[in-house]
Amino acid sequence: MLAQQLVNGVLLGATYALFALGFTLMFGVLRVINLTYGFYFSAGAFLALFLTRNLGFGVWAALPLAAIGAGVLAVVIDAALLTRLRRTKAPELSSLMVTLGGVLALYAGMTAWLGPDIRRLPPGLISADAIEFAGVRVTAAQGLILGATALLVAGLVALMRFTRLGLALRAMAEKPDAAGLMGIDTGRAAALVSFISGCLAGAGGVLIGLNFNAIHPFMGEAMMLRGFVVIILGGLGDIRGALVAGLALGVIETLTAGFVASNLKEAVAFALLVAVLWTRPQGLFGRAAIRRA
Amino acid sequence: MPAWLDDFLWTYQNLINTLGVNGLLALSMYVVLAVGQLSLGQAAFMGLGAYSSALMTMKLHLPFFVVLPASCVVPVLFALAIGVPTLRLSGVYLAIATIGLGEVLRTVYLNVDLVGGALGLNGIPERAEAWMIYGLLVVAIAALWLIGRSHVGRAMEAMRQDPVAASVMGVDVQRYQLGALLASAVLAGIAGCLSAHQSSFIGPNEYGFEPAVTILSFALLGGIGTPVASVVGAFILTLLPELLRGFSDLRLVFNGLIIVAAVLFLPRGLVALRMRRRAA
Repeated sequence: MLAQQLVNGVLLGATYALFALGFTLMFGVLRVINLTYGFYFSAGAFLALFLTRNLGFGVWAALPLAAIGAGVLAVVIDAALLTRLRRTKAPELSSLMVTLGGVLALYAGMTAWLGPDIRRLPPGLISADAIEFAGVRVTAAQGLILGATALLVAGLVALMRFTRLGLALRAMAEKPDAAGLMGIDTGRAAALVSFISGCLAGAGGVLIGLNFNAIHPFMGEAMMLRGFVVIILGGLGDIRGALVAGLALGVIETLTAGFVASNLKEAVAFALLVAVLWTRPQGLFGRAAIRRA
Repeated sequence: MPAWLDDFLWTYQNLINTLGVNGLLALSMYVVLAVGQLSLGQAAFMGLGAYSSALMTMKLHLPFFVVLPASCVVPVLFALAIGVPTLRLSGVYLAIATIGLGEVLRTVYLNVDLVGGALGLNGIPERAEAWMIYGLLVVAIAALWLIGRSHVGRAMEAMRQDPVAASVMGVDVQRYQLGALLASAVLAGIAGCLSAHQSSFIGPNEYGFEPAVTILSFALLGGIGTPVASVVGAFILTLLPELLRGFSDLRLVFNGLIIVAAVLFLPRGLVALRMRRRAA
């Protein structure tokens, strides 16, 4: 029972980590708390729904396509909302407010267009089989979550650490003006970061949609609460912190649901956020690892 | 009172009361924005005031003149728990910590039997009168106006422009910011109490993410130069959906776009007045 809970918790935490990674990357490089981020999660799930239900795609094609679609959306929305504020070097709360207004308009528009109902992916999209090992069950959807998360996280870390592009992004995180003077096209780099982050959020939306099989416009909003907890717990802009904090939050939520009460898991997550702000506001690992990476 | 006026007041009683309550909420947003912070917990504070006051009236049978001031106690405690740690840090922390509060409290209300769960609380005695709502609104505007004109207001404006420069000039920035957040929780809590005691019903879904953002749109549309401006913003955004009933699906789209437009193109709001002060 406990072993099963822990495995479920780690798998749930993997999606939290995946989701929070894009959020923390956006903050780390672009210095913006971008609240439209949760919308790309919903958008990814709905794109996957459209691709599988209406176009008959399989999950292997739908997952990357939906992620890329969400990434493109992120680039467009970022350009529309934030280009002007970046140019005038507006205070960070201005950009936060713009994305807040933007995301309300986006969610409300999506709800007006598609309706607030919970939708389901076509049955049989992913096999219902489960592997059983020492009394612990892992479903195919959970296996996919783990595989996809590991792949995307490894790809992101490799990109940030071992490529010139990653170096450029790290330079931008450190000093945007100096990076621009050194010949880095900061506008293009910002678009690229939005794209990567949007892809991560979109992939997270598809995976959570697969795991719980419930897709609705505001699902990204519920996820954002987890995003906030994870990036505060892990430290703003800290990639390694987001990974560890995401996994930890998944385990804590699953254990709360299993042993205390399932409807208290949001409250527990939030209490954790406030407790971290009181005791360790710099995050579990202190300074942002994205700068040290 | 002439008969037509009596008729009018009776027909639109609910709308008139809602206007006043939203005015108080806009003020509670104004106070925080005026010191250069962003709190998204106004709807959550309102909900805490509404629920705690409804319980005081219905379970403890306290008279309204006790319940009304007491309704700000719980919101203030939450504001302290969140404000003290976050205001030491950069402004994004307060925004992040408060934006989740409303949604979390929603799940708590939904699951606690004492507050009625998904059904909410029904049959709250209707004890809030229009004169109380507007009386408090006028008092709050006057108080904020006087504070805004005093040296405190000058300090608030200075820290909104540049908190570092203000603190160098001897302004205790953190103390003012915490004070503003607490004042905002008081106003929102009282607004919650008034709205609960005039509509006789409160539910868990009324204080989540959407109302929080809507309250921000009140203050940003009106502008934060003076307290009256944010109240004007609240009146416009409360009356507009009444006039455009056919587009109720798109009301929130509109509120969201107002925030975007206000920050990008109208940073001082529609009522771009500035507080007048004597030269120092």
